[in-house]
Amino acid sequence: MALLLKGGRVVDAAAGIDAVLDVVVRDGVIVGVGEDLTIEKGQTIECAEKVLLPGLADIHVHLREPGQEYKETIATGTRAAAHGGFTAVACMPNTKPIADSGSHVRFIVDRAAATAAVRVYPIGAITAGQAGEQLAEIGDMVAEGAVAFSDDGRGIASAGMARVAMDYIKRFGMAYVAHCEDVPLAAGGVVNEGVVSTRMGLPGQPAAAEEVMVAREIALAELTGCRLHLAHLSTAGSVVLVRDAKARGVSVTCEVTPHHLFLDEDAITTYDPNLKMNPPLRTAADREALVAGLLDGTIDAIATDHAPHAPHEKELEFELAPFGTTGLETALSLVNTHLIATGTLGWAEVSNLMCHGPRAALGLPEMRLEAGYPADITIVDPEARVEVTPEWFVSRSRNSAFTGQSLLGKASDVLVGGQWALRNGKVVGQ
Amino acid sequence: MLSSKHLMTMGDVSAEEIALILDTAESFSEVNQRRIKKLPTLRGRTVVNLFFEPSTRTRTSFEIAAKRLSADGVNFSASASATVKGETLRDTAKTLAAMSCDLVIVRHKYAGAPQMLAEAMDCSIVNGGDGVHEHPTQALLDLYTMRQALGKLEGLRVGIVGDVCHSRVAGSLVPALRKVGATPIIIGPPTLMPARPDVLGAEVAYDLDEVLPTLDVAYLLRVQFERAAQMPFPSNREYATLYGMNVARMVKLPSHAIVMHPGPMNRGVEISADVADSPRSVILGQVESGVAVRMAVMYLLLGGADSGAAA
Repeated sequence: MALLLKGGRVVDAAAGIDAVLDVVVRDGVIVGVGEDLTIEKGQTIECAEKVLLPGLADIHVHLREPGQEYKETIATGTRAAAHGGFTAVACMPNTKPIADSGSHVRFIVDRAAATAAVRVYPIGAITAGQAGEQLAEIGDMVAEGAVAFSDDGRGIASAGMARVAMDYIKRFGMAYVAHCEDVPLAAGGVVNEGVVSTRMGLPGQPAAAEEVMVAREIALAELTGCRLHLAHLSTAGSVVLVRDAKARGVSVTCEVTPHHLFLDEDAITTYDPNLKMNPPLRTAADREALVAGLLDGTIDAIATDHAPHAPHEKELEFELAPFGTTGLETALSLVNTHLIATGTLGWAEVSNLMCHGPRAALGLPEMRLEAGYPADITIVDPEARVEVTPEWFVSRSRNSAFTGQSLLGKASDVLVGGQWALRNGKVVGQ
Repeated sequence: MLSSKHLMTMGDVSAEEIALILDTAESFSEVNQRRIKKLPTLRGRTVVNLFFEPSTRTRTSFEIAAKRLSADGVNFSASASATVKGETLRDTAKTLAAMSCDLVIVRHKYAGAPQMLAEAMDCSIVNGGDGVHEHPTQALLDLYTMRQALGKLEGLRVGIVGDVCHSRVAGSLVPALRKVGATPIIIGPPTLMPARPDVLGAEVAYDLDEVLPTLDVAYLLRVQFERAAQMPFPSNREYATLYGMNVARMVKLPSHAIVMHPGPMNRGVEISADVADSPRSVILGQVESGVAVRMAVMYLLLGGADSGAAA
C-alpha cells in the first residue's frame, strides 16, 4: 500500500532539506522524497500549507503503567503523544512498582506492542527500587529493551553510588539520565526559592539545589566516561555548566521542558497546583537563559516530563499536591506559538530539538525524511488554533499548566511506521 | 465597609481600611470593659472556626469576639472532623457551604488554604493563619496595640526579631507596617531570614544590639523549632546570647519603646522572663486587643453596619 504526501514543506535538518516536496511511503518505509512524485495506486494526502517533520520523540514521559492506570496508561499516554505530534516516547521507570528489572521492562515492551499508538522506549531504574543504594539489574533490562537508565523523580543522593552507576552503565554504551536535585538543599521546597516563595509563603528550593547536582554529574561523567543526559534543566546556572562541559568535550546532553521554556514563577499568583512541578518554575532570567541555550546548541532536546495526575490527587493544598504537569499534547503548539511564530527558531531547528537531538541523546533509532528510513512522520498545521481546554486532552489526566491558553499550530497527522496514529487531528483508534 | 468580602492577606487591605478596622476596634474595646460584654450586631449570623491546626489562643479570641457580637459560633476542629478520615479541604469547604454559614475563620498548616476555601464557598473567609504565609488579624491587633501604646503608627521603627522565615505573623506584619508608614526591620541570623526580604518590604539586620537604640518596638518571634528542617543555630543558649531579649538589651532600647510577642513565648530563648513580665512588655495588651480587632473585622466583613451602630 503506497501513500503520497503531496506538496508539504519538508523540513529535516539531518537530511539537509527545507523545501516544498512530495514524500512517497510504501510498506511503512519512505521510498522517495522529491518534486512531482506520483504513485500508481494508493492514497494521496494533500499537504499544502503543512510542515512535514521527521517523527518527533519525547524522551521524558511518565506513562504510569503499571500501578497508576487511573492517571495514565501506555495506551492513553501514547494516544496523547500522537495527539501532540510525537511518534515515539521514552517512559520513565518511576511506576508502581519501579521499573527496575528485566521482567518489568519486558512487561512495558509487550504492553506497548499490544496497546501503544506510538513507539515506546522504556527507561530502566538505575538503582533497585530507585532507593539509591544498590544497582538495579541493568544488564537484564538492556536485554529486554531498556534504552537508558534513570532514577528520575529523586536522583541519586550519594556521589559514590552515582559513580558506580555511571561506570556500570558505560559497559552498555547507554545514557545515565540524571534528575539533578540535592534533596537536603531543596529542603522540601515546592516553588523556586525567591520572590514567589517569599510572597506566597511557600517553601522554596534554590536554583543551587539543581546546579550542585549538575556540576557533580558532569564531574562524574568526566571521571567515568559514561554518556550523561541531564533531564529537565531549569536554571541559568545549569545552562552555563553544560555549555562549559560541552566545550571541554564531556559526553553530556540535556533537555528542557516546555513549561520551563514558556512559563516562569511569575505565573504563580494563586495557589494553582497545576503550576507545581519539580524542578519548579524559575525566574524570567532563567527562562531567557534556557531559550538562549536552545539557540546556541547547548540544549539538545525539548522533552515534556509529561506527568499525569488524577484530580483527586492534584486538587489539593499547593504544598500537598504532587509535582508535575502534562505536556505531550501542548509541546509542539507551544513551540510553534512562542518560538516559530515569533521568528526565534525555524522548523529545521525544531527538527533537531524535537527529533534528532532527543533521539541522539538516548541513542534511539534515527528518523529522517529520506528514502530508506521508516515512515515516522509528523505533519504540522502551523496555522491551526488550539484552545487548551480540559476536554481537548486525550490523556487520561487534565493537569496541564497551560489550560485556558490559546495556542497556534498543532500536529494534524502522524505516521508511525507508515500507519496513521493521528489523522486530520483525530487520534486513530481512540 | 471593606472592599473585599474576605480577609486573606494584608496585601489586600488598604491603609484606609486598616485605619477603619483599628478605629472600629477602638469602639468595641470599650464594650469589652463593660460588665455585660455583648452587642446584638451579628445576631442570627453563623461564624465557623475552622481550625486544622491546634490553636488555643487565636481560636478562643475569635470565639469570644463572635459571641460578643451575638453571632452563633461553631468550632470545627480537624481532630474532631472528617479530615482525619481523609476528606479533602475542598470537600470540607463544600460541606460547610451546604450548611449556609456566613463567615469562616480558617487556620491551616498550608499556605493558600483560605483561598481554596473561598473558591468553594460563597461566604466570607478570614485567614486565621495559613502555613508560614500570613496571619492578618495578628498584624492588625499588633498595629492596634502599637497605636495604643505609642500614639501613632506612621514613622515607627519596628524590629521583628528571630524566626522570620517560618513566621506567618511576620508575613502579615511587615506589609501591614509598610502600609501605615512604619519601617519594619527584620533581625536575626541569615538562617532565619526569608529568601527575599525586599519582596515583603523589610530592612534586614543581623546584629540586634546595633539596631536596638533605634527601635520604637522590639517584636520578638517564637522560634518554631517544629518547622525547621535543620537546626538553624547551634544551641538555644547561643541564640539567646545573640538575639534573646533580656534586661541588659531592654535598657538599650529608647525609654519609650515597647516589647511585643505574638505568643506563645519560649521563655529563656527569645525572651527572658523578667522582660516578658516587665512594664515595657505589652504582650497581654496584644491579647486584649485581639478580641476587639477580631470583632471589628467580623463586623466590617459581615456588613454589620446594616444592623446598627458599632457600639
